[in-house]
Amino acid sequence: MDKNRLSFNLTSLNNIPLNIALDIHSNELVALLGPSGSGKTTLLRCLAGLHKPVKGWIYSGDECWFDSDQAVFVKPEQRSLGKVYQSYALFPHLTAIENIMLPLHKLTRQQAKSSATEWLDKVNLSGLQYRKPHELSGGQRQRVALARALIAHPKLLLLDEPFSAVDQTTRFKLRRELALLRQQIQVPIILVTHDIEEAVQLADRICVLHHGNVLQIDKPDILMSRPKTPLVAKLLGQQNVFTGRISRKEKNHIILDWQGKKISVFSDEAYSTGDEVQWVLPPQGILLHRPDRADDGNGENPIHGIIEELVALGPHVSISVLPAHAPTLPLRFFIPRHFADRQHLEVGMSVSLSLLEKHIHLFESSC
Amino acid sequence: MDFQALEISFRLAIFTSLILLPIGIVIGRFLAWSQRRWTPLLQSLIFLPLVLPPTVMGYYFLTAFSGQAPLGGLWELLFNRTLNFSFEGLLIASVIVNLPFSVQPIQYAFNSIDRDLRDASLTCGLPFWKAFYKIELPLIWQGLAGVFVLTFAHTLGEFGVVLMVGGNLAGETRTLSIAIYDQVQAFNLEAAGQMSLVLLALAFACLLALQVLGQFRQKRHA
Repeated sequence: MDKNRLSFNLTSLNNIPLNIALDIHSNELVALLGPSGSGKTTLLRCLAGLHKPVKGWIYSGDECWFDSDQAVFVKPEQRSLGKVYQSYALFPHLTAIENIMLPLHKLTRQQAKSSATEWLDKVNLSGLQYRKPHELSGGQRQRVALARALIAHPKLLLLDEPFSAVDQTTRFKLRRELALLRQQIQVPIILVTHDIEEAVQLADRICVLHHGNVLQIDKPDILMSRPKTPLVAKLLGQQNVFTGRISRKEKNHIILDWQGKKISVFSDEAYSTGDEVQWVLPPQGILLHRPDRADDGNGENPIHGIIEELVALGPHVSISVLPAHAPTLPLRFFIPRHFADRQHLEVGMSVSLSLLEKHIHLFESSC
Repeated sequence: MDFQALEISFRLAIFTSLILLPIGIVIGRFLAWSQRRWTPLLQSLIFLPLVLPPTVMGYYFLTAFSGQAPLGGLWELLFNRTLNFSFEGLLIASVIVNLPFSVQPIQYAFNSIDRDLRDASLTCGLPFWKAFYKIELPLIWQGLAGVFVLTFAHTLGEFGVVLMVGGNLAGETRTLSIAIYDQVQAFNLEAAGQMSLVLLALAFACLLALQVLGQFRQKRHA
């Protein structure tokens, strides 16, 4: 029996687009990913009862929080949920421990204080209990916010871009701590983020939102390797999205005509010869051959081209290659910086690549 | 120095400021967070005393406080005395005249509470009254203190409406500003000068207190 399972079906009644139905299990973390204005934060506010112009229903286990048909609306303060805000939303006039104790207002002060002290310890803030929020660092404030959201044993945890206001080092630490903390709580967690890496690292499922609609919800690895539509691929930051035509079909393989070049793709999907399809190739599906070795021409889906752009990004180099057969359609990927240095890669240099067929993903033809 | 007038001025200013605090909180909070269509109407009504001449305000108070009007009639029935030319009438008039000085700063103070903080008080499960006194009031206390000082200072300096509604009854409605006017009319400039200096010092002290409060608020938000 999944007593904390969250189910909802919500449609907006005003000009903020929102049309989402989801079912989230206890101890499942679903990341809402999407650009600004895609409805992520509005959805969290709806679930908390803070945004009202919607119709539909929300159930937390057997408990109905909202049902527009039955005129049920449980007030935000009566829904058992915890929310962590991007701005931390700590009360500036209260100390760390007073902030954490607040949701336990029905207990005696002594009981609340004892529980808050335990939580301070859980989020590694022992000793800082009497500091006001402005005396804490960003990471410490977010830990207080997390403890405050969890102390009253909520049935739902909402995280609204919780790590976006802290520096990268702290962000990594906090992500790790959240992953550890998840093992102790059995509630559905919804994480709003526009950081793909964060979603992939933390989420059991990622829900891609656009204009208030769910474009795709899947496990991170499936979503990243098999986006349903070119739009999902682009929202996930995939740049190598192209159009081709089915040239012929072989057993478990499709031969794709890409601007006159034949590309072999693993696929048992039902396509007809002559169908026009869009396809995507993630950066890790492109292999740059060593320029110092003679090209034997037998590489997987070999492509010859010219380096159009080389940009060093820390230990990696972002590279863009214009294929000789399609010079307006650059292939973009990353290579280690030491490789680029050692091979003396430079803009205008001729190179050869392989497009790894197991990484090539064809979108359904209706897309 | 007319100490009786000074005492009446103080009494009027303190009662006005005290009565206006809860009224200002209720109306200011409502105007800050309500999205009802008729809020501009309420806001305009509250702001009327800012733009109307004191004589016009005074005329309407005299009319409403007379025994023939519902308010004045009810008052006479309940307390067996007239509202016009009484301290109570002066107090009611003073509260209404000072409404914009109380409501608007409190409305701004509530407006300045971050939406996330308001949301957080709800998602922390706090019921209305607890959220109000544990979160909202502590967040706007400097604003409330400022409003108290501002309405106190403004009431001390009020002249036109006080003269119209209160007349000039010693020991009942003669405030310090009216007493100064009296002394000037009687060419007793020395007494007028003394009392003016007292009002000037009080007004300056109030404005200084407002500035200090403002600086305190800025530091806290920094």
